Amino acid sequence: MELLRFFTAGNVDDGKSTLIGRLLFDSNSISTDIIDTLTKQSKAKAENADIDLALLTDGLRAEREQGITIDVAYKYFVTDKRKYIIADTPGHAQYTRNMFTGASNTDLAIILIDARNGITDQTKRHSIISSILGIPHVLICVNKMDLKNYDQAVFESIRKDYLAFAQPLGLKKISFIPVSALTGENVVNKSDNFSWYTDETLFDFLENVEIPQEEANNETRFQVQYVIRPQTQELHDYRGYAGALLSGKIQKGDKVRVFPIDALTTVEKIEKFESEVESAEAGEPIILHLSDDLDISRGSTFVLDNERPETANEIDATICWMDNKPFQKGQKLLFQQNSFRAKAVIKSIEGRIDIHTLDSTEETDEIHLNEFCKVNIKTAELVSFDSYTKNRKTGAFILINENTNNTVAAGVIG
Amino acid sequence: MDYLDQLEAEAIYIMREVAGQFERPALLFSGGKDSICLIHLALKAFRPGKFPFPLVHIDTGHNFQEALDFRDALAEKIGEKLIVRKVEDTIRERKLVDGKGKFPSRNGLQTYTLLDTVEEFEFDACIGGARRDEEKARAKERIFSVRDEFGQWDPKKQRPELWNIYNGKIDKGENVRVFPISNWTELDVWNYIKRENITLPSIYFTHERECILTPQGQLMNTNEFVTIEPEDVVVKRNVRYRTVGDMTCTAAVESTAYTVDDIIKEIKETKISERGATRMDDTLSEAAMEDRKKGGYF
Repeated sequence: MELLRFFTAGNVDDGKSTLIGRLLFDSNSISTDIIDTLTKQSKAKAENADIDLALLTDGLRAEREQGITIDVAYKYFVTDKRKYIIADTPGHAQYTRNMFTGASNTDLAIILIDARNGITDQTKRHSIISSILGIPHVLICVNKMDLKNYDQAVFESIRKDYLAFAQPLGLKKISFIPVSALTGENVVNKSDNFSWYTDETLFDFLENVEIPQEEANNETRFQVQYVIRPQTQELHDYRGYAGALLSGKIQKGDKVRVFPIDALTTVEKIEKFESEVESAEAGEPIILHLSDDLDISRGSTFVLDNERPETANEIDATICWMDNKPFQKGQKLLFQQNSFRAKAVIKSIEGRIDIHTLDSTEETDEIHLNEFCKVNIKTAELVSFDSYTKNRKTGAFILINENTNNTVAAGVIG
Repeated sequence: MDYLDQLEAEAIYIMREVAGQFERPALLFSGGKDSICLIHLALKAFRPGKFPFPLVHIDTGHNFQEALDFRDALAEKIGEKLIVRKVEDTIRERKLVDGKGKFPSRNGLQTYTLLDTVEEFEFDACIGGARRDEEKARAKERIFSVRDEFGQWDPKKQRPELWNIYNGKIDKGENVRVFPISNWTELDVWNYIKRENITLPSIYFTHERECILTPQGQLMNTNEFVTIEPEDVVVKRNVRYRTVGDMTCTAAVESTAYTVDDIIKEIKETKISERGATRMDDTLSEAAMEDRKKGGYF
């Protein structure tokens, strides 16, 4: 069985939570006791109300009170073919950082557009974020088609507008489906009202969409998370580097280069769950043993000698500022890429990106919450990395405020 | 990779991040199926080394004996350190009032013991088996969930958590709750138990048990903590437990499932959620779990 991670985004009131509720409801993924509770809650709001499926994902009291999504909610459903992890992300601009969080490690973006409103600022922002995050596939669900009499012309015009807008974003793949989340039409079940639409329903789309295997086909990258040294009588000299193979493949006998020390050595042994294996592929948790005794610790990166990453202590990146407090010049930061951490400062802000047009402003000194900037970061140690477009695992990082410990920014290199 | 391999890899990655980022972590182990899976995952993450953390159990005094026996036997079998702290001791030392009523709950009280234990051993991270599919407040919680000195969760101040990059940096006195199987569902857990051939306490499988049939239709185990009144309907049924919490607030479900395969079939067919079927404590109010978490609960 396969695993598909996707996120949903859209304008406030575009019916995102309703869509997810509908998807779960019509695919029989909601238990009866939960449906009972939802029905009770819906009735409490208005006597004749139908079940409000949005209540399913708005799990916090503040969200239910305000009727909006503040933070990402994770939902799950399963078919015979796939397990789905859904990140339902907030639409409000003020919760952009939560949207970024939910979207970061997904394979598919579902962006809702209200058929009555067409493309809005939110659509643009969510699309640009999807582009920055390198989401492999964007699906536009044109929702509330019932309120536009299921008019094909409305759908086609939104499709045309979106493709024109998205053209410079470099999104890898874009698809469109017209739906009504409220009535459930084209979500799981087809409807006669959409006689002009012969393509897949949302559910069928999810079942059949290709799940990209980006990491498997990428260059080999391994990072040490933890050094296992039992130091017992029997395992006196045991020294294993535990971590996940971030991308590519690794084989016993491979010549590997270790960063940041820039030393060449050989993979002597690969262990997985207490058995020796000949090779491992992307994503597998393994323990590596090397033929030389080198200065290796948490955060050290191993690569194949003929597949060198970039190494530098100055990095150009696009960051999203996530702290309530604006960036202060000279602020002491920590740069974290997977398990690698180094002290860092933002040396210069080359420009703020207008998240609705992708235009860049002049150099600036300030970054505020939810703003995207092109920056130059200086780190205290040499970082080995790839550009994010080349490798999502080694091109992504977060910045931590050394003083408050908060994650203040997320960034992609290049 | 199969989806179970991916979930397993994610959980192991998270555990190794805990080992790499914290000085004094702990793994909360109750003898229930989720924490038994955590131990299985920790063996895969750290063997042939020792666990970089002790196992910790907060014993409410209302636990099922089968789960406690299983807990002790498993800790001994794998040769890892087990720390047990009892809610009874906390009640005595802090002069607290024990749970009252027909089905007295120590759910609120165990938070005291947990926080005292965190303080006693200066734990900076506690790994737990909570899952996001269990409850709607949990669906909102991060995998690395930072708690303040009072163990409180503030849903409005959650750190952004991007990609698989986990920020466990904290000040002294704070701690992080870590949930490696956040993205697993009840069915995933059982599929994993089946695939990995993991042994569980007997109460997960069908057995005959004397229960009070509550007016809401729940089957509550009869035991020394529950007062049986004349109007109670006491029945004998073939039941099993879907979750193993306190005897006083966890209901049994009628079942004929003898094997893990039977259970998987049963879960696929059932229309009632895991907590809905078994927990009295969550049905108290719409935000019951959110409130308990804000108070330092898991």
